Amino acid sequence: MDTNTNTGPDTDPRPTLAVWKFASCDGCQLTLLDCEDELLALTDRVRVEHFLEMSSAEGPDGERADLTGRGPYDLSLVEGSVTTPEDAERIRHIRRVSRRLVTIGACATAGGIQALRNFGDVAEFRAAVYARPEYISTLRTSTPISAHVPVDFELRGCPIDRRQLLEVITAHLAGRKPNISGHSVCFECKRRGTTCITVAHGTPCLGPVTHAGCGAICPAYGRGCYGCFGPSEGPNLRSMVGQLRHDGMSERDVLRVFRTFNAAAPEYAPVPDLTAEAQDCPQDRTGRTDTTPEGPV
Amino acid sequence: MSHRGSRVLRLDALARVEGEGALHLRVHDGTVAEARLRIYEPPRFFEAFLVGRGHTEPPDITARICGICPVAYQMSACRAIENACAVTVDGPLAQLRRLLYCGEWIESHTLHIHLLHAPDFLGHPSAVELAREDRAAVERGLRIKQAGNAILEQLGGRPIHPVNVRVGGFYRTPAPQELRPLAERLRQVREDALETVRWVAGFDFPDAVCGHDLLALRDPGRYAIDSGTPTAMAAPDDSDAEPGPALREFPVTDFEQHVHEEQVPHSTALTAILDGRRHLTGALARFAISGRWLHPTAAGAAREAGLGDPAAGTVCRNPFRSIVVRAVEVVHALEEALRIIDAYEPPPRAAVDVRPRKAVGTGATEAPRGLLYHRYALAEDGTLSAARIIPPTAQNQSAIEEDVRRAVQSRLDRPGPAAGDEELATLCERAIRNHDPCISCSAHFLDLTVEHT
Repeated sequence: MDTNTNTGPDTDPRPTLAVWKFASCDGCQLTLLDCEDELLALTDRVRVEHFLEMSSAEGPDGERADLTGRGPYDLSLVEGSVTTPEDAERIRHIRRVSRRLVTIGACATAGGIQALRNFGDVAEFRAAVYARPEYISTLRTSTPISAHVPVDFELRGCPIDRRQLLEVITAHLAGRKPNISGHSVCFECKRRGTTCITVAHGTPCLGPVTHAGCGAICPAYGRGCYGCFGPSEGPNLRSMVGQLRHDGMSERDVLRVFRTFNAAAPEYAPVPDLTAEAQDCPQDRTGRTDTTPEGPV
Repeated sequence: MSHRGSRVLRLDALARVEGEGALHLRVHDGTVAEARLRIYEPPRFFEAFLVGRGHTEPPDITARICGICPVAYQMSACRAIENACAVTVDGPLAQLRRLLYCGEWIESHTLHIHLLHAPDFLGHPSAVELAREDRAAVERGLRIKQAGNAILEQLGGRPIHPVNVRVGGFYRTPAPQELRPLAERLRQVREDALETVRWVAGFDFPDAVCGHDLLALRDPGRYAIDSGTPTAMAAPDDSDAEPGPALREFPVTDFEQHVHEEQVPHSTALTAILDGRRHLTGALARFAISGRWLHPTAAGAAREAGLGDPAAGTVCRNPFRSIVVRAVEVVHALEEALRIIDAYEPPPRAAVDVRPRKAVGTGATEAPRGLLYHRYALAEDGTLSAARIIPPTAQNQSAIEEDVRRAVQSRLDRPGPAAGDEELATLCERAIRNHDPCISCSAHFLDLTVEHT
């Protein structure tokens, strides 16, 4: 291993960063490696102590990194959800050795798409995928990190947005709160100058109830928002469900679109009942007042 | 010298691979008795919860299996659904899909070459330490990677889990003038890509031969990326055998009759074998099977790099040299992307209509790390009644284990001072990284246990 490193633990004033993986696709931690313009500059300002996807070593002496790390760390970024008893224990350890802990992405923040198991029978899922289900040990649910340990900040997205990730790290280095708003995708569409696709084309769009952060990509590509950043603050789901039905989505389509990457977000819990109601009261379908984005700037 | 008695080595957390896995190695009287890749990446049950979803959903849902190669998942999913619905997407839409895929190849390969794999050859734990010694090389890699991501952003909306892909095509197709700045960026990194081939070709490669059957898609006339027929090249009986043995192919629809997935107790990944034999997919297999159709610039780079002449059907069986083959594929993907942009004429519609019907469809494409197969069964209204996904790393697992065994055995057999556990652990990790495993895909990182018994 590299023995020429001159950054001893006592002489290196840089704050330390750790990146952890739980059940996930690796996409959110890859976002850090996707900061091509900033990556090397960032590593001048922070010491990346633990990041298995990037480095096989931990600490100034270049010892082999392991799954639990040595710590302590100034900032831990956590990707993925908790789905095994071992991981439930590991996150408690990581919390103990981290000054601040930030979850990155829908899996760590809401349980991820694997939380679809929370609505089904894991034994059945296991049997469907694995011929010898007895070899596989897993928890009945996929849960967000906050269900296990206190979390200092949750960054949304499936995947997270690169600029928002840099903001979280920069804010931490500056000792301030990240400047990340909880408003909806509609605000970003307007800022971008995208014509509202629901108003203009009747395209079903989850933008009014979806947390901002992506930069409103889908509507700019002519596609309705599909909610990959999860719920915005205080989403009006009753109105949203009515609007989606009005725009031609079937009850089944509405249920499906909320049952994806943030399926277990508590804000979405009323969706099945609201969908059934919208079915019973067809007049709700025209109640578009408070969900309709204001249209193009 | 060989150790007498037993020795066990555990590598509990393999680094610089995608996902989580461990390796258990047992050595008995100087012979490797067992090399076991234990994948403990928690299972996520994609195939189970795809059942009951709509036929338009697999591209977005299966993209979430892997943040490193989401486009591969989207493309195999689209092909399988379209196959079930008897729809062929061709013309400019197919070209745009191939362009998007080139973006992912460039991004993923460059990530692997510069950030994950090259540090092995230069004795660094990560690219950050490598950058202290050779910042220019790392920066070159980041520039190429960024150009790959630029394709994904322009065409897909974002580099990870692109939003613009749908069954039947896209939500929005670009105007030709939107692709021009992209072409300019790609041209700017052409020289960087060629320099990367020269850089990696100069690394020290341990002698090694992988004796596995090779499996890749073959699409005569072009280097298969997003289409082609599964084609196998048998392993030579010995390493001195003539190159270019006979190829055998089978239709994608028969894939599961040839590639069987099996489950082993140490892993949450399923392990696949080809007609009862260990096989390897990925860059080495593609280069062997499709090398003659590389872009002339890429073929020239391959010859200069000492890989032999792709036009004459050269085969590279040294897994450590896979980094050179990946660098050549980056050159190819850049040239292919530029060719597509230069010839691009916008399609009349962003997507073709894909009406569901009761049928089973299969699809296979070349993910950066190897062949990725999907199968879906659709009900009349498009609801999925079954889903099967066979990722490249599941197919490569046995080959990786065999490579680890051979690498360690060859070190143990070498005269001179005995290898320590740390040296063996490093060697094992290298043998694994040669195949750019994506463990998230196969369940599904590495944790090495070496047992000397």
